[in-house]
Amino acid sequence: MKIPGPGEEFLNETGAIARFTGSFVRETVSPRYEIKEFIRQCYLIGYKSLPLIGLTGFIMGLVLTMQLRPTMISYGVEAKLPAMVSLSIVREIGPVISALIFAGKIGSSIGAQLGSMRVTEQIDAMDVSGTNPMKFLVVTRVLAATLMLPILSILSDTISLYGSFLGVNIRSHMSVHLFINQVFSILNFTDILPSIIKTFFFGFAIGIVGCYKGYYSKNGTEGVGHSANSAVVLSSVIVFILDLLAVQITDLLGYN
Amino acid sequence: MDIVSAKYQNTAYQTGEPVITISKLKKQFGKNKVLDEFDLTLHKGESIVVLGRSGAGKSVLIKCVIGLMQADSGIIDVLGKDITTFNHHELDKMRMRVGFLFQSNALYDSMTIRENLEFPMRRHLTNISAKESEERIIEALTNVGLAHTVDMMPAELSGGMQKRIALARTLILKPEIILYDEPTTGLDPITGKEISTLIVEIQEKYQTSSIIISHDMKCVKTTADRVAVLLNGKCHAIDTYDMLEKSEDTLVKQFFE
Ligand SMILES: Nc1ncnc2c1ncn2[C@@H]1O[C@H](COP(=O)(O)OP(=O)(O)OP(=O)(O)O)[C@@H](O)[C@H]1O
Ligand SMILES: [Mg+2]
Repeated sequence: MKIPGPGEEFLNETGAIARFTGSFVRETVSPRYEIKEFIRQCYLIGYKSLPLIGLTGFIMGLVLTMQLRPTMISYGVEAKLPAMVSLSIVREIGPVISALIFAGKIGSSIGAQLGSMRVTEQIDAMDVSGTNPMKFLVVTRVLAATLMLPILSILSDTISLYGSFLGVNIRSHMSVHLFINQVFSILNFTDILPSIIKTFFFGFAIGIVGCYKGYYSKNGTEGVGHSANSAVVLSSVIVFILDLLAVQITDLLGYN
Repeated sequence: MDIVSAKYQNTAYQTGEPVITISKLKKQFGKNKVLDEFDLTLHKGESIVVLGRSGAGKSVLIKCVIGLMQADSGIIDVLGKDITTFNHHELDKMRMRVGFLFQSNALYDSMTIRENLEFPMRRHLTNISAKESEERIIEALTNVGLAHTVDMMPAELSGGMQKRIALARTLILKPEIILYDEPTTGLDPITGKEISTLIVEIQEKYQTSSIIISHDMKCVKTTADRVAVLLNGKCHAIDTYDMLEKSEDTLVKQFFE
């Protein structure tokens, strides 16, 4: 059976990413371990995106609170505002917005970095210098992204809740104590854990797509821009798809 | 080989033992047959320049020799062992003894010159002391006349200087064989000449053998003991520069015009 053009391309790409992920796994488990470079990447990846993810988290919390407020008042449940907002932040907005910002910031920079290293033969130069570039460049970055996004996302949730607290206090008064009580009266372990788990997958997807796009960059400097760009687009789409899967799974398990 | 001559200026060809023997090397990408039964023998102390048109497969040839590309078939014997069957670990051991100068220099642009030179050393010689590492860096940089750039970033240097740093990085492991991919391309004639002279100096100082890829006839003349012409995936002719220059073969002649 002949598959039409775009379909074939899609399947080819999917296969290639799967193979790339396969070799990532092989290289991750077999020695030599690039611990130093991994720690360096964690620092760079985590530190670089912290301000941006923090800021967007803060704004989301604040805006969401202010927008929900009139509706909540009209239903006469204004007191439930912190609970409502915190639930949406922790379960959905925090992880997804952090992941999208992370994809834009880190996915593109990984794609561009590895892409330019590919077209200027730096990756080949590493290879002949006794360094497996798959281990040194790819494994370290993917693991760092996988580990850093959950941490960033938890930080972002916290900052978001602070934004929400300020949002509540613009029009009325609520003590920190009461706010926190309200939040934790509704938030369960089954809300927090799945949302943290899914960010590991988001981080992994962003890392692997960025590395894949960069590692197989072609066509000189033009290709580098393309790698960076398509890394962001593809990983953002994958984040949404994973999010959809995650909600199905928690639903099946009865955690929704 | 269409042209055979008994007279060579550098007797390394006659006296030296073979360090690289390539036989019946084949490599194709899809339907594009780049190398088709290519044969070449490099002897100890000898330098061979490979001539060929752009896209003839010169870079592919030396990338197969260093193991960056996998040959489809044929034998590539480097320092007594066929590398086509090597695993990653065996390749690494071979690459300590064989240096490679990239066409685009391939300096790590996020690292200083010192870190660039340190990288292959740290990786290959894991237990080298900090003092010896520093000494080697300075020695390699002095060889190329750029000891003062040690703390600069690659982007701060001109193209010719970057090429020399790349050469220093190749030299740092004291390789027995060096493969040069177009060492003078993209440089002005004067800088190109400097690099060619440097290659010859290094050759003499460290007794390395080398395969040099070039279109630059001045560089070819300066550096070559023998010249091989790569055409249609085969070694079309191999001889000294002087003999090839006098060749009647029209395909060979076009390179010398
Ligand atoms: N990774 C690759 N995939 C597919 N084709 C390739 C690949 N690398 C090289 N080729 C093809 O092999 C041929 C030879 O390429 P190569 O880079 O060896 O040329 P070259 O002789 O070094 O030319 P130049 O002087 O321009 O550097 C070209 O036709 C090129 O398209
Ligand atoms: Mg080339």
